[in-house]
Amino acid sequence: MTRHQLLALLPILFSSATVVWVMTAIAIKRHHWWNATFSVVGLNLALIGCGVAYFVSPQMVTPLLVVDSYSCLYMAMVLATGLATATLSHAYMEGVDGNKEEVYLLLNLSVLGGLVLVCARHFASFFIGLELLSVPLYGLIGYLVKERRSLEASMKYLVLSAAASAFLLFGMALIYSQTGALGFADIGTKVAEITAGTQYTVMVIGGAMILVGLGFKLSLAPFHLWTPDVYEGAPAPVAAYLATASKVAVFAVLLRFFVEARAYNYEVLLDVLSALAVISIVVGNLLALLQQNLKRLLAYSSIAHFGYLLVAFIAAGQFATEAVGVYLLTYVVTTLAAFGVVTLVSSPYKGHDADTLWDYRGLFWRRPYLTAILTTCMLSLAGIPMTAGFIGKFYAIAAGVEKRQWLLLGALVFGSVVGLYYYLRAMVQLYLRTPWVRKYSAPLDWASGTGGAMVVALMVLMLVLGVYPQPFISAIQAAGLQ
Amino acid sequence: MILVWLMVIPFVGGFLCWQGERFGRGFPRWVGLITMSIVLGLSLYLWYSGDYSQTLLNPSNPQWVAEFKADWIPRLGISFHLALDGLSLVLVALTGLIGVLAVACSWNEVTRNVGFFHLNLLWNLAGVIGVFLAMDLFLFFFFWELMLVPMYFLIALWGHNIPGGKGRVFAATKFFIFTQASGLLMLLAILALVFAHYTATGVVTFGYPELLAWTRSGAMSAQLEWWLMLGFFVAFAVKMPVVPLHSWLPDAHSQAPTAGSVDLAGILLKTAAYGILRFGVPMFPHASQEIAPFAMWLGVAGIVWGALLSLSQHDVKRFVAYTSVSHMGFILVGIYSGTEQSLQGVVIQMLAHGISAGALFILCGEVYERLHTRDMREMGGLWSRLPFLPPIAMFFSAAALGLPGMGNFVGEFLILVGSFPVNPVITIVSASGLILAAVYSLIMMQRAFFGAPKSDDKLPDLNMREMSTMLSLMALILFMGLYPQPILDVTKATMAGVQTIYATGLVPPAASVAGVLP
Repeated sequence: MTRHQLLALLPILFSSATVVWVMTAIAIKRHHWWNATFSVVGLNLALIGCGVAYFVSPQMVTPLLVVDSYSCLYMAMVLATGLATATLSHAYMEGVDGNKEEVYLLLNLSVLGGLVLVCARHFASFFIGLELLSVPLYGLIGYLVKERRSLEASMKYLVLSAAASAFLLFGMALIYSQTGALGFADIGTKVAEITAGTQYTVMVIGGAMILVGLGFKLSLAPFHLWTPDVYEGAPAPVAAYLATASKVAVFAVLLRFFVEARAYNYEVLLDVLSALAVISIVVGNLLALLQQNLKRLLAYSSIAHFGYLLVAFIAAGQFATEAVGVYLLTYVVTTLAAFGVVTLVSSPYKGHDADTLWDYRGLFWRRPYLTAILTTCMLSLAGIPMTAGFIGKFYAIAAGVEKRQWLLLGALVFGSVVGLYYYLRAMVQLYLRTPWVRKYSAPLDWASGTGGAMVVALMVLMLVLGVYPQPFISAIQAAGLQ
Repeated sequence: MILVWLMVIPFVGGFLCWQGERFGRGFPRWVGLITMSIVLGLSLYLWYSGDYSQTLLNPSNPQWVAEFKADWIPRLGISFHLALDGLSLVLVALTGLIGVLAVACSWNEVTRNVGFFHLNLLWNLAGVIGVFLAMDLFLFFFFWELMLVPMYFLIALWGHNIPGGKGRVFAATKFFIFTQASGLLMLLAILALVFAHYTATGVVTFGYPELLAWTRSGAMSAQLEWWLMLGFFVAFAVKMPVVPLHSWLPDAHSQAPTAGSVDLAGILLKTAAYGILRFGVPMFPHASQEIAPFAMWLGVAGIVWGALLSLSQHDVKRFVAYTSVSHMGFILVGIYSGTEQSLQGVVIQMLAHGISAGALFILCGEVYERLHTRDMREMGGLWSRLPFLPPIAMFFSAAALGLPGMGNFVGEFLILVGSFPVNPVITIVSASGLILAAVYSLIMMQRAFFGAPKSDDKLPDLNMREMSTMLSLMALILFMGLYPQPILDVTKATMAGVQTIYATGLVPPAASVAGVLP
């Protein structure tokens, strides 16, 4: 292994070291603040490592991993999300009685899985990354063991995630049976030869099974059934992580697989994806309409958002890669901020998260700036100009128009309109005066902690992305595939 | 640079209002008033200092009077491009005027969260000014959507929950969803246009001048032009509002606070007419010619339907809202007639309706402040209880019904004269709108102000602030009715340009046989 390859691996190495270090630190002495700090430092180091890796990229590290500008971008996104989750967890976990420290250990493990997944160019690293990303999540989701909903969510995620992994493995095996290759690029060369006959059928079935497996992880309808329950049951910062980092990493590898293994050649798979996109948009938005629970609402909205994202994905080509990147970035920033506010309002943990819309009624008159942030999130999710979400949606529509996907665009427009209703409905609750007792409000000094600072930073980022996206677009453009 | 200031000042002013509330409730009001006065002053300065004999729409020597351009998102060919010609100018001036009125009329009405209220009001106005100045389709869409959010808050937070209505949140949401849904169709059309341009020329740009030049070169296939025009038309038709899509307007008006109604009727509806004149017709002249008869009939439907429905309203604000639908129908007829007179009539009608409808809404608000009802059945005999308000209401009702000497008369007259040669039947049916207007205005006056008074108590009359706004508006309406020439002069070049391009739409495009397909 050359020096450059080692440098390219820096983010993964730092991340692994953090895992070991945090584990050791816990073994030596349980101290919430120190453990949180260790993991935040580790994540920051890994983030710097991303910068280093970018300068030596592209590097093939063993047949399993590739570190190019594309993986650097998505590694940075996963790491930043992990960082946000860690800071949010610190504020939240203060209220938990029992052991708080393992959250950071599990989080770092999961982030490590995300990094591997993003760099994967081989079925083996693909699967290892995916499992390393998901398995710690079982623990994180069920971290509040004394709460029934949390445990239930954990079990649900465990069972369905395992089922999804099984689908994925079967799909990989089918593809391997026809091509005899496990590396994405090798598969790609074989794919060009297989265009008809039984071999073709088996390949398509294999590809579809991989899509099913990833569909579970991305909570695309009709594989979305776990999403609202798990988001509702999981502790708020974990839900934030689940909705962002885990999906970003999976989507990144899906895109790389489609490009490098030339799965775009199989029109049938694109048709399957189109169907998934339309169903996700329609189902996600319609089911969100009458939700009384903010976490469930965000869950359904994330289902719909991945439907929108698929519109850009299906359009394919260089512009689509850019569109996917921009969309994911705006989605991550917005969703993190939204869950961040939910976390802050529920922090420190008092036995139950503030998640029904009633809990937020009239929040504006108690915490005006925090409400301004949540309002911006809702507008951004709805795709209103001046917020990040608009740029993302604009890109998705542009990619769709470029490839003339009128049906998908129709679904997108329909979904956006329906979406407006529930985003506005949630948003206006924040401003209505409450005649009854208010149970939840973020602590008065919510902005002084790291979690608060993180949410404020996300808000600023959301506005900057909405008003002056050019620098981000340039960065994402530079991080294209090929 | 002055164009940027026109927009930045209300943005900053709004922010100051919000943060300045801690200095007392008066502070945001004064900041709002000063801000909008500056905007009005700047636009009047531009009026007197500029030469408005040229416009980009003019084929020979095209140029803007004032322009500002900076790269915004170069990756997608999006620039921050503002420019001004006669049509934008008069509408920006109207925005400044309505802004001053809106701040003034909510002086006593809004007592909760004054700072946040003015933030929303001023940002809404800033968005509208952006719409009138944007010369980049992305920027246009940006402002088009941006002005909705503050309006939503104005209705949802400071609106009225009138008994029997579905509530202000419902009205605000309905308003938002209607306009946003149609806006998305426009976005699709914009993007399709940009990509068609890209496929044909290899240049990605959202710039209005570039795209206009391309569409005018006739490189678009008729089919593509038709679909794109439809995307724009639907967005503008919802905002205008054109009759089958108008149902958000009465709801929004009846629940909105006075300033919101003034803003909505005075300028927000005008953005739609502006959009058709600036984008819809000049970019897609052939398709516009094709849809013209249909659009004109829709206009007629609006005139008659709005007038008929306003006859049966009890709520004064709903009444004015339906008369707005009726008046905007004239504008639609005027635009799609496409003759020089009718287009000039459209400009006058836009301004006159903005002022007269705004004034009527302010009067509704003033009556409401005194009687705490807007139900005409509970008014009656106000003439004897208030010395000045009823005659002023009489004046503006007369303006609305198109009495000669008032601005609205000039507008409607020019539209009818201009549309007669194009389609006499439509003109004749439209003219019935004038009669219906007289009927509904007089019925409203009769119900609200004459008849037996419900009580003999005198009501507090207009104070200096209310009186001065009303007198200045009356003067403006009279001025437009008696001497509309300055306005016609300033917008002449733009309207002539629209007319010229629209006339080319009668000739089939060169590329109709082999062009870029959608």
